[in-house]
Amino acid sequence: MTGAQIIFIVVALYTLGSALMVVTTRNLIHAALWLVSTLFGVAVTYALMNANFIAVVQVVVYIGAIAILFIFAVMLTRKDMRDSGPQMNKNWWLGALVAVLVFAGLAFMLSGWSGFSKVAADLPSGFDSVSLLGEALVSPQAYVLPFEVASVLLLAALVGAVYVAFNRK
Amino acid sequence: MDWTMWVEWIVKGFVLCLILLTGFAYLTWYERRALARIQVRVGPNRAGYQGLLQPIADAVKLIFKEELTPGHVYKVVFILAPVLTVVPSLVLAAVVPLGTSFNLFGREITLYVADVNVGILYLTSIASIAVYGIVLAGWSSNNKYAMLGGIRSSAQMISYELTLGLSFVTAIILGNSMNMIDIVNEQRGLWFVVIQPVGALIFWIATLAEVNRAPFDMPEAEQELTAGYHAEYSGMKFALFFMAEYQKMIVISMILATLFFGGYLGPFVDQVPLLGPVYLFAKVIILLFGMIWVRATWPRIRYDRLMSFGWKILLPLSLAIAFITATGILLADVLNNQLFFWSIPVVSIIALLVAVAFIYRDLRRKSHGRI
Amino acid sequence: MSEWIYVALFIAVGLIIPIGAIAAGFILGPKKPNPIKEATYECGVEPVGEAWIQFKPQYYIFALVFLVFDVEAVFLFPWAVKLGQLGLYAVVEGIIFVSILIIGLVYTWRKGMLEWL
Repeated sequence: MTGAQIIFIVVALYTLGSALMVVTTRNLIHAALWLVSTLFGVAVTYALMNANFIAVVQVVVYIGAIAILFIFAVMLTRKDMRDSGPQMNKNWWLGALVAVLVFAGLAFMLSGWSGFSKVAADLPSGFDSVSLLGEALVSPQAYVLPFEVASVLLLAALVGAVYVAFNRK
Repeated sequence: MDWTMWVEWIVKGFVLCLILLTGFAYLTWYERRALARIQVRVGPNRAGYQGLLQPIADAVKLIFKEELTPGHVYKVVFILAPVLTVVPSLVLAAVVPLGTSFNLFGREITLYVADVNVGILYLTSIASIAVYGIVLAGWSSNNKYAMLGGIRSSAQMISYELTLGLSFVTAIILGNSMNMIDIVNEQRGLWFVVIQPVGALIFWIATLAEVNRAPFDMPEAEQELTAGYHAEYSGMKFALFFMAEYQKMIVISMILATLFFGGYLGPFVDQVPLLGPVYLFAKVIILLFGMIWVRATWPRIRYDRLMSFGWKILLPLSLAIAFITATGILLADVLNNQLFFWSIPVVSIIALLVAVAFIYRDLRRKSHGRI
Repeated sequence: MSEWIYVALFIAVGLIIPIGAIAAGFILGPKKPNPIKEATYECGVEPVGEAWIQFKPQYYIFALVFLVFDVEAVFLFPWAVKLGQLGLYAVVEGIIFVSILIIGLVYTWRKGMLEWL
């Protein structure tokens, strides 16, 4: 086993453990903090895959904005931080079964892929993923349309959120 | 990677932490002395020559002080919050280059901790993590003042983070890279502050809000919130919040110096690489004096005006600045005309004046209106 | 990836400082608690109720708008890196991208969501 593999296994276990804590802890603020820790673990996984840009964006958007939104929502609405209801409903075994099946299906499909058992090759020196991404975002041959559509999507999200908030007042 | 590499990086990390710690200690002294001078006082001058031992005396006092943990707080988060505030303030410094590199016993030692190719975005991400320490401190204290201070402060920080991010975009457009070292090297001919003075100013204002310094120190507004999010903290835990604020001041001045004021560049820096940190240090001292000066002269901004300023003035202005810079550079490049390049600062200053006129009009209307 | 190892090491070193400081204060400081000292600090007045109450939803609105513009800024970063080598059309595309979002900002502004009441 190489050093990178050991680091990956540790990070993956940490991420999974945090994710488990998110759904099992009874305290809402603790759940939100464990969610932050899970998202951080995912960011580290991206960094392990040499995807620096995605790793940092994961932190900026998910930890810096979305999780903050969750924490605000919990703090501003709940008086009691402790959830008194039962943690699971009676269909828990169905959920667990679906999760296991999805995992098995994905693992089965990926095992047929040639890159499944290979160690990731080092990036060629001078390879700058960020500037390639920047080029792809505005190049008419690549993703310029999704780039502009993303803006429209964000606009729709903003208008929708403001509209809902405004009407309730 | 052999073991000497590990030792080298760990030593480097320790040295950088020590620099920031000492910097924090002496920044408090510097601020108190400078504020005292501005207010025609003397300031701390008893402990040691010119009061230079004052920070050490303060540290000893804080260590031996009784540390209260009020009975009603949420213990785990209460202790976690100061740690979560201090660590980002240190970690921010990892990508800031202090200089190029020098030879020590035949080893090439680089004067930065990490050379990440997404350096600037890394800074944004750490800045967004810093919100957690404050919001959790306010929440876990179970004190109304602390809660209000914490939540106010986090809303303020996220609002000004946008402006901060867009000022970073301006610096990236000028430097053609997200790597801090590349950006410094791009400034060999001309500091970016000459091309984009308004961008540097906006960045500086946004960082003042980001580190909760006057005139944006709403979370600590004594008159209304006693001490804000750290009202229930005492002893060493309080010192950690204090430490985070001052370390952030230092690191953010370092970043501002790196992005707009040429970083470690200066005369003869290529021949004597060890001059790099000295130049950076001098620039940081000057920028820090600016922050202290603002604190001594400006009253605190009211919270509603602070939010309006961030969202209605700074955000559109920083967007405009980014696009003025982009258009100017590309027009100069495509039409091969330097006139367009030099129109960037002119048009930016016009945009700034328009924004100031807006603020002026709004304030006049408000003062004659209902308030 | 190796650069991230240095960042991770630096985070580990950085963690020593706050943990050491809290430990030093815990070991060296005196501990004489009493109920009055442990009470909530409210400038000498007896506190009424807890602090964990519902707050204004306005904070949440700001966080929502922030989220949208944060994603926008993230899109602009790679665009800005490559801008020097791209043509003017890239700037035009950026301007279109941002002006669509400016419509959103103006809408929010007009609806009065950016007012602090």
